[in-house]
Amino acid sequence: MSSAASGSGHGLGIWVEAIRNDRRATVGAIILVLFALVAAFGPLLAGDPQALVGMPLQAPSWHHLLGTTGQGQDVLAQLIVGTRVSLLVGFSVGLAVVFIGALVGVTAGFYGGRIDGLLSLLFNVFLVIPGLPLAIVIAAYLPSGPLTVALVLIVTGWAWNARVLRAQTLSLRQRDFVAAAIVTGESDIRIIWSEILPTMTSLLLSQLIGSTLYAIGAQVGLEFLGLGDVSAVTWGTNLYWAQNDSALLTGAWWTFAPTGICVALVGFALSMLNSGFDEISNPRLQLERAWRAHLERLGQRATRSTPVVRNHG
Amino acid sequence: MRFLLRRLGFYLVAAWVALTLNFFLPRLIPGDPATALFARFRGKLAPEAMQALRETFGLSNAPLWKQYLTYLSHALRGDFGISVAYFPSPVVKVIGSGLVWTVFLAGSAVLISFVLGTLLGIAAAWWRRGWADSVLPPLLVFIGSLPYFWLAMVALYILGFTLRWFPLGHAYADDLTPAWTWEFIADVVHHAALPVGSVVIATMGGWLLSMRNTMITVMGSDFVNLARAKGLAPDRVVLRYAARNALLPSVTSLGMALGFVLGGSLLTEVVFSYPGQGYLLVQAVRTQDYPLMQGIFLVITLAVLGANWLVDVVVLWLDPRIRDSAS
Repeated sequence: MSSAASGSGHGLGIWVEAIRNDRRATVGAIILVLFALVAAFGPLLAGDPQALVGMPLQAPSWHHLLGTTGQGQDVLAQLIVGTRVSLLVGFSVGLAVVFIGALVGVTAGFYGGRIDGLLSLLFNVFLVIPGLPLAIVIAAYLPSGPLTVALVLIVTGWAWNARVLRAQTLSLRQRDFVAAAIVTGESDIRIIWSEILPTMTSLLLSQLIGSTLYAIGAQVGLEFLGLGDVSAVTWGTNLYWAQNDSALLTGAWWTFAPTGICVALVGFALSMLNSGFDEISNPRLQLERAWRAHLERLGQRATRSTPVVRNHG
Repeated sequence: MRFLLRRLGFYLVAAWVALTLNFFLPRLIPGDPATALFARFRGKLAPEAMQALRETFGLSNAPLWKQYLTYLSHALRGDFGISVAYFPSPVVKVIGSGLVWTVFLAGSAVLISFVLGTLLGIAAAWWRRGWADSVLPPLLVFIGSLPYFWLAMVALYILGFTLRWFPLGHAYADDLTPAWTWEFIADVVHHAALPVGSVVIATMGGWLLSMRNTMITVMGSDFVNLARAKGLAPDRVVLRYAARNALLPSVTSLGMALGFVLGGSLLTEVVFSYPGQGYLLVQAVRTQDYPLMQGIFLVITLAVLGANWLVDVVVLWLDPRIRDSAS
């Protein structure tokens, strides 16, 4: 056991340890790292994705490992180059959405009263207005491109995080350590920053993962509808062109299958990572697993018991 | 009753926010919105029609608040202007032609997915750590992380194009006229099978997991133990005691999920050329038919708000605590 895991509980070490200890989280992290490498270095190796390299709609072969598109471009090159923008937009939207959600949610939960009423109304309204139609209408008015897509996804995606974080702040607000900080006369910003936010690290992290998941899916959806910059190469526009060139009705499965599988793999990796982090934030899950492993070593089957968290001994 | 009225008030506020967003969006375009918006109409529309359109959107030289009031009064009368792509049909008429299909597609997808997912969730909680409980949740989570419309594309390719079990698109065969005959209904169901099925498979996992997790919590609570101790039949304990209470969080989030599922089914419509709102919306985006686009956004929003209110009615019926605290 490394010293980081048994240490203070904050810092990077505990997360790395958590990923290594949980099989699902390890798988998720490995997949994500692979995609990050492709996004970083792939475009250098793949060559020009827009170049017309052969006859349109050729099936996969040694020349073109994933075949060619309806315009005669290399599908693999487009897939690799598309990874960069798609992941970049996905992760930055995820970050921005969690940031705004935290700002609004924590403010509402901490101050309560009229501020809470107003902010709660705001995010509840944004939650109930269907996101995709709103996103489409906004994107149609702005100049198309990754920036527009990112902006639109932020506008339509922050509300859920705000709602969850408000509830969490509200319950933390009642705790003794926050009350103590208020009594000692610390400033609001300091209480929020160094008392409340650190206790929500795992929640924020799982929100970041969830929001990124949402952002990648919604981005691909918007671009599939032709609302991105259709001359750029991203996962979504690849699917847009596949649909536009009637890939399905001519049987050219290789123009849409690889992109979808990549989106799904990233999504799957993020969910796996999330379930690994769950175990740190929820000691009960950790103990349940340890308890079950212990029983299995003794040759018994685990029953429906809920282990009790012990803080000492 | 007070609960329902309060919720109704909230939905009215939400509708007003949507209307207001809709008013300010065209004004987001850099430069003069009126010129940008109407550049496309020139040559296509008679000057009188242009004037009518201007008035509908309140785009005039009047001060902003006056434009806003004009716009609101038009919107309240259900006047969203004239479609560019389907000139000279009014937007309302164009939307009306596709609304039935979207409501049918999204509605049946949500209902089937909710009922199936919830039942499977109960089953997974009942046979906890059985094979179904260990195989189904991760499998459905993986499928759930696929984009809806991509799943639809794969289904269309395999079941429609390669195996030819299902038609490749549209809501019903070209040689049929809509009527309440068995032949027509069967054909509609046959055409809807793939689009509905792909949305159901993509969304079922969420309902399963949420139901399973709440079920497990509720099954450990005292009143369920008491029911067991009284010697009630296990199926009665699980279904009448635990499931009814565990259903509440799922039903509450059903309202929230509606908008999300609707978004997915709009994309699915595009894949199947299904003649609903999603297909219209994409046509509107491609032809830059702004009035139609905004009309669709408003109609979809109002539909989701209405459906949310229905969900509130169900919650009230399921949860006596709200009923008691409200009266």
